[in-house]
Amino acid sequence: MKKSICLYFQVHQPTRLRQYRFFDIGKDSHYYDDFANRSILRRIATKCYLPMNQLLLSQIEKSGGKFKVAFSISGSAMDQFERYAPDVVDSFRALAATGCVEFLAETYYHSLASLASPSEFEHQVLKHKAAVERLFGVTPKAFRNTELIYSNDIGKAVGKLGFKTMLTEGARHIMGWRSPNFIYSGETARSMKLLLRNAPLSDDIAFRFSNRSWEGWPLTADKYLGWIKEGLKDDDILNLFMDYETFGEHQSADSGIFDFMAALPGAVIADGTFEFVTPSEAASKHKSVSSLDVPDAISWADEERDLSAWLGNELQQEAYNKVYAMTEKLSIVNDEELWADFGHLQESDHFYYMCTKFFSDGEVHKYFNPYDTPYEAFINYMNVLSDFQIRLDEKRAALDVKEQVVKEQKAVKKKK
Amino acid sequence: MRVLMFGWEFPPHIAGGLGTACYGIVKGLAYNGVETIFVMPSASGDEDGSVAKIINASDVAVDTVSETVDDFLDKVRFVHIGSNMIPYADPEEFSSIVEDERKRQVKDFRISYGQKFKFSGKYGANLLEEVARYAMVGGTIALQHKDEFDVIHAHDWLTYYAGIAAHELTGKPLVVHVHATSFDRGSADNIDTRVFAIEKRGMAAADKVVAVSDLTRNICINKYGVPPEKVVTVHNAVDFSGRENLVVERGVKEKVVTFLGRITFQKGPEYFIEAAAKVLKRTKNVRFVMAGSGDMMNRAIRQVARLGISDRFHFTGFLRGADVQKMFALSDVYIMPSVSEPFGISPLEAMRTGVPSIISHQSGAAEVLKYAFKVDFWDVDAMANDIYALLNYPALASFAAKEGYDEVNDLKWNGATAKLKKVYESVIG
Repeated sequence: MKKSICLYFQVHQPTRLRQYRFFDIGKDSHYYDDFANRSILRRIATKCYLPMNQLLLSQIEKSGGKFKVAFSISGSAMDQFERYAPDVVDSFRALAATGCVEFLAETYYHSLASLASPSEFEHQVLKHKAAVERLFGVTPKAFRNTELIYSNDIGKAVGKLGFKTMLTEGARHIMGWRSPNFIYSGETARSMKLLLRNAPLSDDIAFRFSNRSWEGWPLTADKYLGWIKEGLKDDDILNLFMDYETFGEHQSADSGIFDFMAALPGAVIADGTFEFVTPSEAASKHKSVSSLDVPDAISWADEERDLSAWLGNELQQEAYNKVYAMTEKLSIVNDEELWADFGHLQESDHFYYMCTKFFSDGEVHKYFNPYDTPYEAFINYMNVLSDFQIRLDEKRAALDVKEQVVKEQKAVKKKK
Repeated sequence: MRVLMFGWEFPPHIAGGLGTACYGIVKGLAYNGVETIFVMPSASGDEDGSVAKIINASDVAVDTVSETVDDFLDKVRFVHIGSNMIPYADPEEFSSIVEDERKRQVKDFRISYGQKFKFSGKYGANLLEEVARYAMVGGTIALQHKDEFDVIHAHDWLTYYAGIAAHELTGKPLVVHVHATSFDRGSADNIDTRVFAIEKRGMAAADKVVAVSDLTRNICINKYGVPPEKVVTVHNAVDFSGRENLVVERGVKEKVVTFLGRITFQKGPEYFIEAAAKVLKRTKNVRFVMAGSGDMMNRAIRQVARLGISDRFHFTGFLRGADVQKMFALSDVYIMPSVSEPFGISPLEAMRTGVPSIISHQSGAAEVLKYAFKVDFWDVDAMANDIYALLNYPALASFAAKEGYDEVNDLKWNGATAKLKKVYESVIG
């Protein structure tokens, strides 16, 4: 049996908030920086999504269907594609039509709902699934949670929603001596198969590719193939999971990243040691070697591979608690406009911007952050949330008045 | 390593922040194994002599230890006593004025030769004369102690002439320390040209210039023409050893937002008032305090009245000693909206008291304080937004208080003076 390579790319764009000062609270309920969101999306579409989709499509055709990849596209990104870049939707649709591309399920808003609220989590997963079906005509079968966040409990919740395959991080503090290059199963949900990211080999492409002071530079497809053959002598599967924006955005076109990705599939196929599989294919092809006990949530972020990038300080925890405390009231009010804003306010990026880990992962954080300081991020978010709270409370109060009126009318009728 | 340091004041008798900074520096240098001879114009005898040998310039008579009178005079001739503003003089007239001045100086010197001069050591009307006399005495002290130091260090323009005299007479390297410049005292088109000239001269004569922030470093480079490689930033620190935070009883139930400092153009009081008015439009649970005095105080009071917020905006007048600590302890938010601030110690004091601080990007302290809130001094909307957030989001206030407290406790003179020692080493060569 050939060994497997599973390529999965994360596609996500946050819905960035506009500068929202306290003067606006109660007066202006448009929260988003439409200009930044549009211009950033258009830039990345031109530099990454469109050329890379084209490259993948031609590689799939050239390989006669042997080259396969998987995508997870957040609902926030899909919203922006539909609004600002319908050409990107078309190009993903063309990839879906090849049958060689798997689309994964995730939370619609790239949120932390899996940690906060089972009902909100389910709601977002189903919403996302429906959107993928509508846009790309395929039904997601495998699941990946926001930022590869996983724990025993999350695995169980995902299993309940009918998924049998899930992607997460081969976090060293969980794996110990064990290799991420096998399929594992969940601790509490044994039928759930887990695919684990190989961090060093993924990061060679995603982070180090253009680094000229790196000893591996310049990286060629043949050199890389040599590494993975050496590294996976006794193992089953190589999971290369990374942000899709790696191609053309984080690693610019002139770094040679596109040439590398155009050469890799042919080199792998010609060599014959490995074959490309999608996550669902991998799960049915390989047996689980053991179960994996993850009592505390892991993720693919930062050195810690935990939740500290989003919930590491008091500001993040406060904002997170405040937004999820509204869940119940919102389900009573059940207003579509409020649901949409509530969803966007849950995007994990907002909490990431409030991170105060300045030093170790500061560079990465800075790159992804539109704010100068965590304070600014927190203040802006809380101002928006204050306005949202007012709207929610007003709707709730209006509902009470309505109910009261109905009651009174009934009472009047009875008297008659 | 040994340093001859010229200061203007030293605790316990201080009028400005310079004395406190000098004390911290001398202590930090001692920690780093540098011995200091600290010269000041007027010592009282109760200064802390354990950290440095203190020399009171008022006790020293001007004489020449090893040089001739003419040679000495030749080297300290640049010291102009009194005003030397000569606007429309033609060259001939100018040289005759210069000659008269020289004769007057020689005469003046002959009179004061062998005499002691009783310095006030304050910042009075005859400041320029004291500065000039300090140079003469400084030169004498340097010659008397010639074998006891390796480098000369002069703090701010008041001591630059003394530093230059010592440098000229002994040939030892000179470091001048810029705590503030003329541009931080007046607006750009309204600076004291006499002081500017002394500052420029000091920086030009120095082997290295030390600036208290990158902001000040840039002023040295751009306004005084000092070559960039000659200016080194050594950020100020603060000495909180033995400080206990006061426990005070609050009289008002509202939150208190405080400005504390001189009410002058440089401190940006009007921006604070505008921000206060904006916050008060949205929330009533707050009072604003402007503590201090200065030439813009009356204007500030009028501005507050015009905005109709006098019932929520209070002036305390000048605060001293324990009242300053009390004011910090009573505050929920501290604000320093300075237009130009070489460093600015007050937010560090506030943060040490557990008060979250908003400071302007135009202050040197902004370069070192990660956990202070930073805005541009003119951006009153941003300022108001931060004030509002600190009053309304308790998690933010407690986070900033806790992290800020830890941060300022880590800003120690021992670290700053280690950098200073490197500067000394670079000029001793």
